Amino acid sequence: MFKEFKPEQRTPNTKHQTTKIMSTKRLSVLKTYKIYIGGQFPRTESGRYYTASNPKGEHLANMCMCSRKDVRDAIVAARGAFGAWSGRAAFNRGQILYRIAEMLEGRKAQFIEELIMQGSSKKAAEKEVNLSIDRLIYYSGWCDKYQQIFSSVNPVASAHFNFSVLEPMGVVTIVAPQHSSLIGLVSVVAPVIAGGNTCVILAAETKPLCAVTFAEVLNSSDLSAGVVNILTGKLAELLPHLSNHMDVNAVCFSESDATAIKMIKENAAVNVKRTSFYENEKWMDDNTQSPYFINDFQEVKTTWHPIENIGGAKAGY
Amino acid sequence: MSATKKNTLKLKFDSSRNLAPAPESKSVAKIADRYDLFINGKFEKPSSKKYFDTINPATEEKLSVVAEANAADVNNAVAAARTAYEKQWKKTAPKERAKYIYRIARLIQEHARELAVIETLDGGKPIRESRDFDVPTAANHFFYYAGWADKLDYAFPNRNPQPLGVAGQIIPWNFPLLMAAWKIAPALATGNTVVLKPAETTSLTALKLAEIIQEADLPPGVVNIITGAGTTGAALVNHPDINKIAFTGSTEVGKMIQKAIAGTNKKATLELGGKAANIIFEDAPLDQAVEGIINGIFFNQGHVCCAGSRLLVQESVYKIVLQKLKDRMETLIVGDPMDKNTDIGAINSKQQLDVINKYLKIGQQEGAEMFQINCNIPKKGFFCRPTIFTNVAQSNRIAQEEIFGPVLAIQTFRTEDEAIEKANNTPFGLSAGVWTNKGSKMFNMTSKLKAGVIWANTYNKFDPVSPFGGYKESGFGREGGLHGLGAYLKV
Repeated sequence: MFKEFKPEQRTPNTKHQTTKIMSTKRLSVLKTYKIYIGGQFPRTESGRYYTASNPKGEHLANMCMCSRKDVRDAIVAARGAFGAWSGRAAFNRGQILYRIAEMLEGRKAQFIEELIMQGSSKKAAEKEVNLSIDRLIYYSGWCDKYQQIFSSVNPVASAHFNFSVLEPMGVVTIVAPQHSSLIGLVSVVAPVIAGGNTCVILAAETKPLCAVTFAEVLNSSDLSAGVVNILTGKLAELLPHLSNHMDVNAVCFSESDATAIKMIKENAAVNVKRTSFYENEKWMDDNTQSPYFINDFQEVKTTWHPIENIGGAKAGY
Repeated sequence: MSATKKNTLKLKFDSSRNLAPAPESKSVAKIADRYDLFINGKFEKPSSKKYFDTINPATEEKLSVVAEANAADVNNAVAAARTAYEKQWKKTAPKERAKYIYRIARLIQEHARELAVIETLDGGKPIRESRDFDVPTAANHFFYYAGWADKLDYAFPNRNPQPLGVAGQIIPWNFPLLMAAWKIAPALATGNTVVLKPAETTSLTALKLAEIIQEADLPPGVVNIITGAGTTGAALVNHPDINKIAFTGSTEVGKMIQKAIAGTNKKATLELGGKAANIIFEDAPLDQAVEGIINGIFFNQGHVCCAGSRLLVQESVYKIVLQKLKDRMETLIVGDPMDKNTDIGAINSKQQLDVINKYLKIGQQEGAEMFQINCNIPKKGFFCRPTIFTNVAQSNRIAQEEIFGPVLAIQTFRTEDEAIEKANNTPFGLSAGVWTNKGSKMFNMTSKLKAGVIWANTYNKFDPVSPFGGYKESGFGREGGLHGLGAYLKV
């Protein structure tokens, strides 16, 4: 089913070999890697591209080199999707994350092929895809549970019912881990959307293939348009725009890069963005999944309401 | 609607009544002629050799002089905090840590009256508020967090929470002692040491707290209290040996701090400005709602980051609410903060009074209609009559910017969606109020308002167990409750 993705059939792309006249060999149909904004698959508005290669330097695909305008479009889409996504029942968000896992399971072979094309061994690629599916299931399960772990009823000393709950921060821009193509991306996106946020992701610059194919998985998973938006391009060019946009609530950066982190923190100050940095996470380890990753993108809202106490003001809870 | 029709009686206050003065005595307060810096358990002269006056904003009389810490003093304080952290505090058994903090709570209770008097003399807030709110809540905060010190593993199961190290804490002038408690109590409970800088106009109760900390025999250097203005604060923020900055103050300064620490590993909690909407629906218990409006904007002269400084009234009850509000405002007693009858005391400083007056001009220039109550205010000192603006547009600066004074901007709305839209349409997100008798409407509102604290059929309530902090440009991190612990721990 996925034969056209075999690496040996991709490499001719560089030299554009002409097939022999009357050859019976079928010419494979190559995929154009696009970006994912608001549930659509455009190419970058800039018309620019960069080349994704395998570790041997062989050409894999012409990726979109996204622009500031693409970032802004994606943020508009994410903001537009936030109200409906955060307003969904937690149970429903869980079902949709589960659906993403189902879709990924069904397209496992394609992701394994892409990981191999980008330099993984077959064994490592299989492990990475399996773990990505399992991680989505893991966060699917958390959707209607983390609230119970992190919220509280607060026994104030006056006659009030007082409780604190988590609410999503809003629009999160995410720089996916650069050293992995799939598991890193899944590990940072899943907790953000499990918690009801919407996001704009910049894929790993040198390993971008799985991110785009993952967008196709998302697009067939009942995830509303705009909840996840995926861009490809140059980290150095796009990072300023991802971190200083005024309609972004939080930034997630998944690399150990002191210069980049400093810039993100400085840019975040323009509108008091929240920042989360995952500098040394080993995303293939099980300890890089926990409800605390969801909590990193949540606000705490505390609500007070008086309690009527006929005949005296006692505390209620 | 029928309910509101019945409910049109004017509160019967005799506008010519004159309550006999009921002044609290100054004699219970011991204020020294001079205050030095509290570093490493001792009061040290500042290496700057400089002192500045602290005055009573209600009389403009000088109360004392306070040391101005320079960079070298900040360095000494941080060094003391570091040494105390490494050599002692992080090795102190959690249950012993707890007992020190309990001691501080108890000593605040024992010194309550003195602290309340000094708070009012130095800051201008009514003695009734210092006595009944600031001081007891400060003591309660220490009492609450003390108990957490040996129970942190239950707050963060399986995470082995660890202290951060030295916390630099900068607090504002609106609730001087209470803010010191909000900062110090959770920091100590979680095993951190502290350098605290109070605001320059209200240093005295923090320095009294330093005396209490001495009396509690807290190991030297665990808490250091240094006084000064913005440059002292900047030196603290920029000190390389600080692990955590906790700041309460304006959004403008908060952003500067966030930027200043960008290249470091310092963690931060920012509790910044607000422009809270207080939303009154037609089915609300209107008399209670009017009390809530009054409490929302005139508590502590409106020097409250979570003040209900925007009033959104449903159009159908706008007239009656406005009339009830004006009637109630006429009963407010503005004047001597030391008088136990006083509702509204002195504006904290000349500088802040200038800011408020600037906004009163802006509001009128923008076309809003200003109403102030007809009352005498003292000739000396800094006072501002309770003020409301009607005919306010969403884009008006008095509806968008934090004034931090007894000034309310009033707007109307027709539908729930309009109220939500207007309420959320600011860069801030600290707090909000909603008044309605219908539970389902209430929960619709409380879940859709983008703010960290929502008061439903009440306003301006605080408690040590209740997390406090903002969304958006009102800052991040929480203070109070279980959620306030995370700000001081590696989890």
